[in-house]
Amino acid sequence: MSTNAADTTAIAGAPNHGKRFLTIWIVASVIATPLVAIFLGDLLPPGDASAQATQQVFDNSWLLTISTPIFLFVLILLLYTVFSFRARTTELVDGPPMRGNARIQLLWMIITPAVVLFLAGFGTYELWQSGAGGGQGPNAAFLPAGYKQALDVQVIGQQWAFTYRYPTYGGVETPHLVLPARTLVRLHVTSLDAVHSFWAYQLGVKADANPGVDNVAYVQTKGPEAFDIHCAELCGLWHGYMFDTGHVVASAQFASWIKQQQSYFAPVMKYLPKYSTSYLPDPQRRAG
Amino acid sequence: MSALAVETRAPVWRRLIGFNLLTAILLGIGGWYFGWWAAHQITGPSIDYFGDTDQNDIALFMGYFVGLLGFLIGLGFGVYPWARLRGYPPSLREKETGGTARYWGLCTDHKVVGIQYLWGIGLFFFIGGLNAMLIRTELLSPTHHVFPAGNYLTLVGMHGTMMMGMFTSGILGPFANYLVPLMIGARRMAFPRIEALTFWLLMAAGTILTTTIFFGGFPTGWTGYQPLNDQANMGMDSYIVFFALVGISMCLLGLNMIATIVTMRAPGLTWSRLPIFCWGVISTAILMVLAAPVLVAVLLMSMLDRTAQTSFFLSAAGGSQYLYENLFWIFGHPEVYILALPGFAIVLELLPVFSRKPLWGYRLAVAGLLGVTLLSWLVWQHHIFVSGINSDLRPFYMLSTELISIPTGFTFICGLMTLWRGNLRFPVPMLFCLAWFFNFLIGGLSGVFLSDVPSDVTTHGSFFSMAHFHYTIMGALVFTFFAAIYYWVPKMTGYMLNERLGKIHFWLMFVAFNSTFGPLFAAGFLGQPRRVVTYQSNLHFINVWVSISAFVLGFSLLIFLANFVWSLVFAKVPAPPNPWGSRSLEWQLPSPVPVHNFDRIPHITSDPYDYGDARGPIAMPAPTGAGGME
Repeated sequence: MSTNAADTTAIAGAPNHGKRFLTIWIVASVIATPLVAIFLGDLLPPGDASAQATQQVFDNSWLLTISTPIFLFVLILLLYTVFSFRARTTELVDGPPMRGNARIQLLWMIITPAVVLFLAGFGTYELWQSGAGGGQGPNAAFLPAGYKQALDVQVIGQQWAFTYRYPTYGGVETPHLVLPARTLVRLHVTSLDAVHSFWAYQLGVKADANPGVDNVAYVQTKGPEAFDIHCAELCGLWHGYMFDTGHVVASAQFASWIKQQQSYFAPVMKYLPKYSTSYLPDPQRRAG
Repeated sequence: MSALAVETRAPVWRRLIGFNLLTAILLGIGGWYFGWWAAHQITGPSIDYFGDTDQNDIALFMGYFVGLLGFLIGLGFGVYPWARLRGYPPSLREKETGGTARYWGLCTDHKVVGIQYLWGIGLFFFIGGLNAMLIRTELLSPTHHVFPAGNYLTLVGMHGTMMMGMFTSGILGPFANYLVPLMIGARRMAFPRIEALTFWLLMAAGTILTTTIFFGGFPTGWTGYQPLNDQANMGMDSYIVFFALVGISMCLLGLNMIATIVTMRAPGLTWSRLPIFCWGVISTAILMVLAAPVLVAVLLMSMLDRTAQTSFFLSAAGGSQYLYENLFWIFGHPEVYILALPGFAIVLELLPVFSRKPLWGYRLAVAGLLGVTLLSWLVWQHHIFVSGINSDLRPFYMLSTELISIPTGFTFICGLMTLWRGNLRFPVPMLFCLAWFFNFLIGGLSGVFLSDVPSDVTTHGSFFSMAHFHYTIMGALVFTFFAAIYYWVPKMTGYMLNERLGKIHFWLMFVAFNSTFGPLFAAGFLGQPRRVVTYQSNLHFINVWVSISAFVLGFSLLIFLANFVWSLVFAKVPAPPNPWGSRSLEWQLPSPVPVHNFDRIPHITSDPYDYGDARGPIAMPAPTGAGGME
């Protein structure tokens, strides 16, 4: 087509901008990408308090690394055009009538889907490994190895606090979340009123707490550590105050702690509803 | 002509009686009180599902509905249907003469409606921005210290709802209404009365949302999630009516745009010669027409839950909050592209003018816009990745979400290659377009983290996602909105905006914007959830930094306001008909554009981008003479 002809005639005599830009981009990417991967990758959240959290850090650092050359491509191309092709005169002079370039368009239509498909495949594979700490509903599709032996812990969201029940320990309900170290835990997240979202930041767990729904998330704890708990879904007036600190402790310490909780809450156990994966809330009154 | 007008001019008191804005406001307020009173006669205060409160939601809804009816009748929207019922002949135009008075009421001239939209949306944009300033004031300290928690949530909700609701028409309202007929060589929009109706519905909606402060505000943010929605105070009803009216306005606006572009193009304006801005408008309009009814439906269901004791969303009574979340995001994700696509289109429309080159890869750019339009229907569940619904479908939504970056990438490559080897000039509109590349690039790349399920587990519902959508909406849409203002306001008003103040506005806004929202990615990564009134003390420094940057950002908008008022009211530097040297059809008309746009409908001979081709003018200027139709 005539556009390509016009393209080549205009190039003659001028510096080869295409080659120059590609060189700058490749050099910048080759330098920046490993630096990002090495120095920024490990700074990314949420840390390594659980297997899922470690996996998310890996995911985040990969995504950041892949993003680096893409970011540089657009940024350098933009800056290159702005600095190289500024108008030299004040009167309006038309540029070359380039209306497209089949080769570049085709190349772009091959490369971008390839990157996208790789990203989607990568994310799916990572999700497949262990469920990645996200809430998966009552029938979790992505299960970590050994999920049958997981310790069940129920997280109950209500305005504006989380409480926790341990069905394997008589269904005792406590206001503190304590988990044994190096254990696979199956969190059953549910709510008694509005939608909350249970976010154990360092553990890499986030699962919405819906009334009437058993939202399951798996987490494989590591060594003893304290972790932050937030509500991550706007749930009304005191949403901003719905935070807490949880603890991962050594197994022996956990055993003695749960025994202590059982005896402490024994007098009120008869007032608790029987343990269930979800509780139908009573009709509510209006609140803020 | 003008002497005659002065002679026959009635005294002021006489001109205030009739169908005008004053009557509309009086009938609106009167209607509100009537509806409120009448509903109190038929229903007791405690009919709502949650038992005994002193709140009468039915009365508030009735107040809003009757008030709205009064407002529209007062503006004169009933006059024409009534005249037709009595057998008067049809007409397409209403109240199109009469100087500045046209701007204060029902007027079917698309240029008047465009300017009404610009001022109306601008007003609510500044109210929404003020809310943001108050939010950032509260977040100067990790504990809550300025506002009570409930008021804070109302501010958050009003900021989000105002921006997402009013600004959905932010480009299509002012610019598409004004420019589409000029770009396609038409004298009017397809449905001029509906066009006026969309504007006044939006203004009524904005007022209704603002009145939420009289009824206790609402705690849900702009998403209005159930069952918190059912549980909330009466102020929630304002949100419901507001968004439903916005939905209706949006749907009608979109229909009007599609009908106009499909049926009213001038001879010779084939689809492959259509300006890319019109392609952006028609893509957005398709999304509006299909998405808005879902929003209206979900809000009507919420209204019934709150008033008529239905239980669509109450799990205790057999409903499901998932229904709300799905329906809301089936609307809500296309909504995001309703906001983004006009921005793409403006960038692609302006770059050829300022690089003196044809739009590179026109067909690829169109494919990009239409591809986003199609794909945006298939991604909504990425908003509820951790909600526990469809855990096995998450890989699909991850894929479909990431696929959107392919058509978006088309826009990028077309824009960048249009710049390539051009003769670039950098007036203010061009600067805003270039900033779009930078901002939307960051917005898009951060979106990859949110679309990837394992990463989303951390970033979902945190300040990371908040920073992400501010980059895509404020960084993309609002920046292109300002590009459009600096570029087209000379055409609309006949006066240039001050270039130096414009540059100060741009640079301050660009730096402050990035300094505000860039660090919020870090705040989200470090564990700050959205919409909180308190945060961890280790995030104090970031939040103070962000708040100060946000105040600078607010100040940069005041510079814009000063520039706008100074240039249009005091300086009044007359704009030449074509200050940018554009080849597009709208710039071949005088500034401001005469009432009937074209003396004769032009014949289009090429697309508006043939820079460097020396093919002659875009349209054969018709010989002067009598106008055609109407």
